[in-house]
Amino acid sequence: MIDPVLLFEQLFNGVQYGILLFLLAAGLTLVFGIMDMMNLAHGSLYMVGAYIAATVTLATNSFLIGIFLALPATLLIGVLLEVVILRHLYDRGHLDQVLATFGMILFFNELVRLIWGPAGIEVPLPNILNQSLTLFSIPLPVYRIVVIGVGLLIAAFLYILVVKTRTGMLIRAGASNREMIGALGVDIKVVFTLVFGLGAALAALAGVMAGPIFAATIGMGENILIQVLVVIVIGGIGSIRGAFVGALLIGVIEILGRSFLDDFFKLFLPVNAAETAAPAAASMLIYILMAAVLFFRPQGLFPARSG
Amino acid sequence: MKKAFILGLSALALTIAAPQAIAAKAKKIKIGFVTTLSGGAGVIGKDMRNSVQIALDHLGNKMGGIPVEVIFEDDQVKPEVGKQKTEKLLHKDKVDIMSGFIWSHVVLASRNSVVKAGKFLIISNAGTSKIAGRLCHKNIFSTSWQNDQVPMAMGEVLNKRGVKSLYIIAPNYAAGRDMAAGVERTFKGKILGKDLTKWPTQLDFSAELAKARASKADGVFIFYPGRATNAFMRQYAQAGLTKTPLYSVFSVDSLSLPKLQQAKLQNVLGTFSTQFWAPDLNTPVNKKFVSDYRKKFGSYPSHYGAQSYDSIMLIDSAVRAVGGNIKNMDAMRAAFRKANYGSVRGKYVYGNNHFPIQDFFLREVVKDKDGKWTTKIVQKVYSKHQDVYASKCKMKKTW
Amino acid sequence: MKVNRETIVCVLIFLLLAMVPAIAALTDVPFYLDLARRMMILAIGALSLNLIMGYGGMISFGHAVFIGIGAYTVGICAEHEIVSGYIQWPLALIISAMFAVVFGAISLRTRGVYFIMITLALAQMMYFLGVSLDRYGGDDGLPLAEPSNFSGLIDLSEKTSLYYLVFGLLIFCLWICQRMVNSRFGMAIQGARSNEERMQAIGFPTFRYKLTAFVIAGAMAGLAGALLANHTDFVNPDMMHWTRSGDLIIMVLLGGMGSLSGPIVGALVFILLEEALSGITEYWQLIFGPFLILVVLFARGGLLGFLEKARELKPSLDRDNG
Repeated sequence: MIDPVLLFEQLFNGVQYGILLFLLAAGLTLVFGIMDMMNLAHGSLYMVGAYIAATVTLATNSFLIGIFLALPATLLIGVLLEVVILRHLYDRGHLDQVLATFGMILFFNELVRLIWGPAGIEVPLPNILNQSLTLFSIPLPVYRIVVIGVGLLIAAFLYILVVKTRTGMLIRAGASNREMIGALGVDIKVVFTLVFGLGAALAALAGVMAGPIFAATIGMGENILIQVLVVIVIGGIGSIRGAFVGALLIGVIEILGRSFLDDFFKLFLPVNAAETAAPAAASMLIYILMAAVLFFRPQGLFPARSG
Repeated sequence: MKKAFILGLSALALTIAAPQAIAAKAKKIKIGFVTTLSGGAGVIGKDMRNSVQIALDHLGNKMGGIPVEVIFEDDQVKPEVGKQKTEKLLHKDKVDIMSGFIWSHVVLASRNSVVKAGKFLIISNAGTSKIAGRLCHKNIFSTSWQNDQVPMAMGEVLNKRGVKSLYIIAPNYAAGRDMAAGVERTFKGKILGKDLTKWPTQLDFSAELAKARASKADGVFIFYPGRATNAFMRQYAQAGLTKTPLYSVFSVDSLSLPKLQQAKLQNVLGTFSTQFWAPDLNTPVNKKFVSDYRKKFGSYPSHYGAQSYDSIMLIDSAVRAVGGNIKNMDAMRAAFRKANYGSVRGKYVYGNNHFPIQDFFLREVVKDKDGKWTTKIVQKVYSKHQDVYASKCKMKKTW
Repeated sequence: MKVNRETIVCVLIFLLLAMVPAIAALTDVPFYLDLARRMMILAIGALSLNLIMGYGGMISFGHAVFIGIGAYTVGICAEHEIVSGYIQWPLALIISAMFAVVFGAISLRTRGVYFIMITLALAQMMYFLGVSLDRYGGDDGLPLAEPSNFSGLIDLSEKTSLYYLVFGLLIFCLWICQRMVNSRFGMAIQGARSNEERMQAIGFPTFRYKLTAFVIAGAMAGLAGALLANHTDFVNPDMMHWTRSGDLIIMVLLGGMGSLSGPIVGALVFILLEEALSGITEYWQLIFGPFLILVVLFARGGLLGFLEKARELKPSLDRDNG
């Protein structure tokens, strides 16, 4: 009944969307899990990264230079934010963090509007990336294949970093017992600053990758932030593995919901009612999923504290 | 002797009456203009504000010899904020006339405030079916259109061009559903699918585009205003749908085209849209408006701007018609109803619901002689078209 | 009873609010009436949030949903030509309380960040439902043809009457909050915030207590919604959007969480700053954002906390009460 070619294509789209969510979720879950810091401004770093990359790309005519400048620049901004403001909020409750980082969102949105104007920036892609590749009669956009590749590379990198290296050990230790590693003589401040910088760079990378699909616009961060929060909550806060699984799950469910829910509803509803109900239900789907996951596993799928 | 007496008497009458006539003439005209200045949608508000500026330049900042002040307020795309700003303009700045309004929900929230204050509201964009129909009011006028008219015109175009099947993609909010319903009303071919997407947060259209391609429809109809336009057009190119013609309403316009050109999305060239106006519309007023706008701001104005320019010019025509006595509501209303001013679209008339009865055109995206992307009129689709909600408005046409 | 600065500030604010209609009439700027009325309505919403967030430790990121439900109840009633306020308002309270029962029962299973997220999720679902409700205007919203009709009691189409009704209800809600917080029930809620296990161990069914508080807060927000519908003559899904819930949280934090009148101060400052700053520059959020950050960094316990601390003039070394 469902066209298998379309189904496969939609699965591909879902994975690609999930990967993009993962790039954002990875940084957010690290910061959240390790510093116990609710950083709503993660989306602002994503936006700033996208704008810097777009500007540099337009100026130099090279997408690659755009990426390579945007990442360190956003990392630097992230470190600056951490040292000047966020560092003083680690010992506060989540609410103070919410208020302060919300203030940052307002600030960054207006700053970007002041500098770049309200209209947003477009990033021209090299022609080779701006077309689609036909695989078994399924046209797959080249750029989206690239996004998936980059996302998988980053996932592998983070896995090795967290599981195999000494830094990763400190990060994991920090997530499960902050006081302990401080007591062991590790300069926890430096670790935190580094982790925050890493999170900012990951956000920027997500912004850079999203730019050519969505364009860099004001408020692009808040749009996606809620979905990213859903991802890390489903995955279990602080867990990279959880973020990866959660992101793919949300990505695939979101896309499949948008693709097939109306046909599904038409099986038992009149056409008109189905056409009204399907988009509403598709919008709610990820929230329903989150409520269900939390109902059965209140700590998410992969609670970080337990491993 | 007798003659001298009458002369003297009339001179006396004149000296008594004259101060009253002067008193009735306002010293200053204040217009409140609600639009969106902050956030991403601020690009629309900027265009509207620029166009109001051009209108004021053309008028020498005076209407019928009286100085004019336009006060802009930002609604942040939030109905509640828009309403509060309207209250502020009415009850603090004490404006004489309200204008502006991009969004249906903002104008619906603010409508009652203006009506209760007994002022005129000249809507420069929002074309909600409610104000064209059931909630029409003797003091509310529009210089734009009713939402459904533009997609209905597109439906006719599709019929004429022999498009047999169509796939519709639009955002799931009131205007989005209006647009889809509009094209469905006039399009005679088969509709192979319709997707309503989450608004305004969804900027990924991969699922919908894949479905549209799988449906093998002759054409795709979209409505994506603001920043969603660019995201959609990019993904349309990337998804390999370039061979399926794209028909859009309120999406590909003077605001989005510079950005689409910046992104080098060649597939946008040659796509079709419908509208009551285009930068190249051949009327003397429009030529002056567009060229002065381009001189001052370096880009093409959009239809949002054209409508805002017209709002100011319409107000000017009424102020002059009543000789500056703007407190005379009945006379002002009668003047508004005549629409006796130089509109960018040329002469039009008001229907019973105070919405324009006007022409609609098919436009194509082309390069202008400097290589800038713009829209050019291809043909007239509707002549003197009235919206379908006029019959739901209880006002009777007496002019 | 010690007269502290909070009480003085509170009394001053209410005196000022009581005089707003007179000031508006004297200065011939009726807009002040409208502005102050909206502030007070949002203050009621913020008060109700403070009840669960400040005292119960339940950080709801979806509290605006109850304002929306209250407003929609009035709007939908009016749409079906039930204009009597004697029906509309009790219904608004009951329906928002009913939703609060369901939402509370689901979300109170979780804690901390998970509670934040699940309240957010539930509210967003209602938002999308509102956007899809074509019958009631969807995203365009629903204009109210006439205000709630309290025939024989008060005429809400008269601006000053509505103003004083809101004023009275704000005082009433503050009084309820004060009674609740200082009751055995309130103590149990606050106890559950600091140590839930202990409260359970000494025999308090904390879940039921917290749920009750959640429902009362929901009903109070529903009242604010009914008022807001009458204030704007309009209801719209935007009232339920997560950013509006965020605004409420900010109002509570700005004024001072866990102090009784903090939310009122917060709502006042929030709306006044928004109005004043946006009058100066269209880039007003460039100032407002850093202002919020400064409040967090330097005014622990919000603006009221800042006032108290300024008086005590002692260095605050206590670092954790978050």
